Amino acid sequence: MRTGPDDGTDPVPAIACTDPAPAGVGMKALPVGDRALLVEVSSGEAAQALHAELVRRRAEGSLSVREIVPAARTVLLDGLDDPARLAERLPGWEIPPLDARADDAVEIPVRYDGPDLTAVAALWGVAVREVPEIHAAAEFRVAFCGFAPGFGYLTGLPARYDVPRRATPRTAVPAGSVALAGPYTGVYPRSSPGGWQLIGTTDAVLWDHARVPAALLAPGARVRFVAAGCS
Amino acid sequence: MSDRAFAVVRAGALTTVQDQGRPGHAHLGVPRSGALDAPAAALANRLVANPVEAAVLETTVNGCALRPRSTVVVAVTGAPCPVTVDGRPAAWGAPVPVPAGALLNVGSARAGLRSYVAVSGGVAVDPVLGSRSTDLLSGLGPPPLTDGAVLPLGNPGAEHARVDVAAHRAPPAELVLRVTLGPRDDWFTESAVRTLTTRAYRVSAASNRIGLRTEGPSLERAVSGELPSEGMVLGAVQVPPDGRPVVFLADHPTTGGYPVIAVVRATDLPAAAQAVPGTPVRFVAVRRR
Repeated sequence: MRTGPDDGTDPVPAIACTDPAPAGVGMKALPVGDRALLVEVSSGEAAQALHAELVRRRAEGSLSVREIVPAARTVLLDGLDDPARLAERLPGWEIPPLDARADDAVEIPVRYDGPDLTAVAALWGVAVREVPEIHAAAEFRVAFCGFAPGFGYLTGLPARYDVPRRATPRTAVPAGSVALAGPYTGVYPRSSPGGWQLIGTTDAVLWDHARVPAALLAPGARVRFVAAGCS
Repeated sequence: MSDRAFAVVRAGALTTVQDQGRPGHAHLGVPRSGALDAPAAALANRLVANPVEAAVLETTVNGCALRPRSTVVVAVTGAPCPVTVDGRPAAWGAPVPVPAGALLNVGSARAGLRSYVAVSGGVAVDPVLGSRSTDLLSGLGPPPLTDGAVLPLGNPGAEHARVDVAAHRAPPAELVLRVTLGPRDDWFTESAVRTLTTRAYRVSAASNRIGLRTEGPSLERAVSGELPSEGMVLGAVQVPPDGRPVVFLADHPTTGGYPVIAVVRATDLPAAAQAVPGTPVRFVAVRRR
């Protein structure tokens, strides 16, 4: 291993870049209908930090809201009694940066055998065998979920490893496929059409509605991919 | 299976099990789901003395036919339609006793799209995340009804309401949807916002439980870039690249990447659930409450 994320010394670059500026700077609360607010922030990291703070406030009982839905640059608050009042107060909030410690990470075993491994290696400018090393060395966080129940958009790879979606989406991506698109890593909870670049396969069950909790990955969860048979 | 059950003799075009849905899980990518015409579903439950959270059947266009294995009371609400028990006319919008083994037929809608069939005891399929609703976007909950399927019923509670009669509002000739602008109205030209709130649209035949699609003038964007995925609410008026607004209904995706120009008042959505394709639609801008 030479430098960068593959030597394990730069595990969570996203957190290192968290804007240290105070609280609600750059935060914009857009009203959505009569009972919701869409809070827009400047970066994905800021959205994750805001989400964590909103969840904390709801848990302690100081925020009453039905849904807290994080996304790429926003957090949606749906089911508010008085959205206008919250919109006024939000800019004064202290938003602590995300906790960088990852000792409670969900581990997902992966066989790095995806059909797009070669394409991803070419996009990254590395040898094929280095793709699993780079990917498994990163520490991920579930930025948000969407697309299907239990599908998480995970960030954690340095920006230089962003990859485009495939020009032609596959009509069926198998359940358990570990895939890349843009800055995100995702795992398909079930077979579905998809345009992400497939780098591996896991036997982990991402979604099981008979299990509590049903989703293996929820927003804010930390995740590590462990190369199966290579550790 | 016990005799607290019914057999599906005719499933109809699309009949699903619906209750109040599964809100509270949007952050996991789980749509809220639930009856599209929620007041009609609640009324059907009241007529058979079910609790409001009991699961009912939601039919589409041409009803369904059921054969209960034990004597039950049913009520049909929502889209008005002929109701028969073993071929004899029975009341719509009122409690109807159906003897064990008799055939309940819920006919084609005379107006509107979706009828609701409550059965005493409620449809007792296993709940998923606290709800028995079929979610057609993500596949959670029971599958749509099929001919020959047998669905379990719960135990009826107290006495049945005897005389409640449903006051029915006929689906209007024109669907008027009050909207508050935003959150992304600034992604559209001023003339597009004016177009949305002054011009006539029609309900598209491509509408479903996920969204009410419309046909009409295309809405021009002022911002051409891509919107990063963001959370979506019920009633969001999303504008895909073809410029025709789509109103998000109960099975809508929890996040989306097309800008939302406005949001429909929740109280106007039950009427949207009953608007047949071709119905004129008018979006009227109102002030936020």
